[in-house]
Amino acid sequence: MYKLSKSRVITILAICLAGIFFAVPNIVPNKDALPSWWQPINLGLDLQGGSNLLLEVKLDDVLKERMSSIEDSARQILRENRIRYKSLTSSENGVKVLIENASSRAKASNLFRKIDEGIVVEEVDGDGLLIKYSDVALNQLKAKVVDQSIEIVRRRIDELGTKEPLIQSQGENRIVVQLPGLQNPEYVKTLLGKTAKMSFHLVDSNARAADAKRGKMGAKYKLAYGEMGEPYVITRKPVVGGENLVDAQPAFQEGQAVVSFRFNSLGGKKFGEVTKNNIGERLAIVLDGEVISAPVIQSAIMGGSGVITGNFTVESANDLALLLRSGALPAPLEVLEERTVGAGLGADSIKAGVIASCIGLIAVVAFMLAAYGLFGVFTTVAVFMNLILMLGVLSLMGTTLTLPGIAGIILTIGMAVDANVLIFERMREEVKNGRSTRDAAAAGFTEAWATIVDSNLTTLVAAFVLFYFGTGPVRGFAVTLAVGIATSMFTSVTVTRLIITAWLNKYKPTRLPI
Amino acid sequence: MIKAFSWITKDTNIDFMKSKNITYFMSVLLLGLSIASIVFKGFNFGIDFSGGILMEIKSPQVINVDEMRDTLSKLDIDELNLQSMGEDGTEIVIRAQAKNLDEKAQMNIINQIKDTLGNSYEYRRIDLVGPQVGEELKTNGIIASVIAILAITAYVWFRFEWQFAIGAIIGLIHDVVITAGLLSFFGLDFSLTTIAAILTLAGYSVNDTVVTYDRIRENLRKYKKMNQTDLLNKSINDILSRTFLTGLTTLFAALALLIWGGDTLRSFAFTIFWGVIIGTYSSIYVSTTFLSLFDLRASQNEEVINPFGNA
Repeated sequence: MYKLSKSRVITILAICLAGIFFAVPNIVPNKDALPSWWQPINLGLDLQGGSNLLLEVKLDDVLKERMSSIEDSARQILRENRIRYKSLTSSENGVKVLIENASSRAKASNLFRKIDEGIVVEEVDGDGLLIKYSDVALNQLKAKVVDQSIEIVRRRIDELGTKEPLIQSQGENRIVVQLPGLQNPEYVKTLLGKTAKMSFHLVDSNARAADAKRGKMGAKYKLAYGEMGEPYVITRKPVVGGENLVDAQPAFQEGQAVVSFRFNSLGGKKFGEVTKNNIGERLAIVLDGEVISAPVIQSAIMGGSGVITGNFTVESANDLALLLRSGALPAPLEVLEERTVGAGLGADSIKAGVIASCIGLIAVVAFMLAAYGLFGVFTTVAVFMNLILMLGVLSLMGTTLTLPGIAGIILTIGMAVDANVLIFERMREEVKNGRSTRDAAAAGFTEAWATIVDSNLTTLVAAFVLFYFGTGPVRGFAVTLAVGIATSMFTSVTVTRLIITAWLNKYKPTRLPI
Repeated sequence: MIKAFSWITKDTNIDFMKSKNITYFMSVLLLGLSIASIVFKGFNFGIDFSGGILMEIKSPQVINVDEMRDTLSKLDIDELNLQSMGEDGTEIVIRAQAKNLDEKAQMNIINQIKDTLGNSYEYRRIDLVGPQVGEELKTNGIIASVIAILAITAYVWFRFEWQFAIGAIIGLIHDVVITAGLLSFFGLDFSLTTIAAILTLAGYSVNDTVVTYDRIRENLRKYKKMNQTDLLNKSINDILSRTFLTGLTTLFAALALLIWGGDTLRSFAFTIFWGVIIGTYSSIYVSTTFLSLFDLRASQNEEVINPFGNA
């Protein structure tokens, strides 16, 4: 007998209906009105247009900076404790001190450990000491820098008002930024390319730049340059740091674009003191190592706010205000990879994908009809059901559909009929071997099943590997391929079986038209 | 309903094993040529693997490629390559793949090109792959391919006797190498999607072989007295209509993609298209003829793990 139990019929129909239900959002015109669990497939950046940036957080720069400040602390410790040392050097891996005297070395080693939490001191090369962070502390430091960077990147991008940006970490020191719909990533890259570390320094008005260039200046001073390369001798340590800023806005002063800023209470107090004590001196405003301007302090500025003047255009004042508002990046960022697709190309790709899918579908269906006649009609139903189920599952999973993903759908249409072909061919053989109509139909399904599983699993294996190792669009392909294989196994076996059973029961044919 | 293609589902009785020496020779020749091309000519790696920049631009008018090349050659950019694409000549692809460029220099090139060409063009695609990422993608691509082949091997090994497993893998490697050779020989763009296409064809190739092997195994049990060569021939003939039908529908899908799927997917679609052909060929003329080297009945008595209850 060839029968399907009632519960099985209901299950099959329920799955089909669920597939249709979840596929519906893809043809609803107003998608924003739908609830979050009932959404169409997301379009990848290659289809809707947008920018994908892979950024690297330059951790080495942060480490170098850290180590150089540890070097300063170490030098101070050595000086305060009158420990004689031969050399003191720092790199991103640590600070190396050479101390010949063994007991001084032991003493220094103990003192160095207190510089910062997580510091370890190792003996190297006989009479050397290496001050560095323990692996745990180093990893914490790195993770913190990356987390902070992500936060700052997010703030900067939010300021631009890009819709639904995706910002997440990847690996140890990378950040992925996805900006859908963005046409001009150059601006974003410019914004992200600046660390925007601002600080205020006093200018040593007595020092002569020419002397400073030859290295003749006080230990507390350093040389910095302005936009046009003009030299300034400024205090090594900032008098107020940019981390105390709470707001910055573009403004106009005497018809000139400026940036107004506001400090928090601590910064405001410091700023007030510095300006009060140094009236008549120049205050250099330094951004990322470059002096933007160095106005003369006219009077004490007590309110905690002020303006930065400089060679600003309206745009550059806007940009600087944005950067200062969103905060400084703890480390420079570098673009490792960029993939930008214009909305025009995205739309063309969708169009091409839809046309290719339709033609592929028509060709496959026409071919199956030509080869199998009535059973080809059954296959056609299964093929369309498979397409709907695929859309439903992909929508439900919240997958992102990419251009290779569309290719995956088209290929699945072609490959999915394989299961039906296997079943039908088996039925034909069984008929030829003299089995009754119903027996042959049943045998077609049961005998072909193991082969169907075997053959689909090999493709599934390839899809899984691709998903695991692929990135972006290729991953989209792997997902549609895997989902397509799964749904096609369901539709070509169960759905076709349901139809054939119904047909057998209704028409009670004496032979299979195969 | 007129079954215009019903001839495909007719029974056949072709002696496939007869021509096996010719096809062995052909396969070995193709393999040799492919390996030679891969070794001596190499691949035309896209920027995914070599690193570099790629820009696709479109203009309202027809673009004069030579004129633009002259304009851009004034910029100091090594290995700049311009190529017209599409049918109406309004689109162009600009590539710069100089190996010594770091990310900053690459970014600089993009900006220079944009500045030089101005705003009258639509920048449809801008890809920048730094040398570091390019290397990583290459490594990942190789690892993915190796793991996919190993995983498929493991599966076939688990499901079939060892002669079958080796036969399937030889067929798989045959298809992958010859496809790679073809890509190398014609200098087709080798990118991430190409790897995806090759792995898909690997899946398809083994899929086809597995269907044939399933039938051979079944016939070995059914026809205990049949001569092995006849049995292999009969098995292939038994499922020949299936081989054609599935192969053709997949070919149709790939062909639709090749013709209407757009430029981005062209080399992907081509690889799949070719893969279906070579995959079908190899499951008959490589994987199955390979089995004729062994006495399959002897190993039939061995215990076989069969998790899916294949009767």
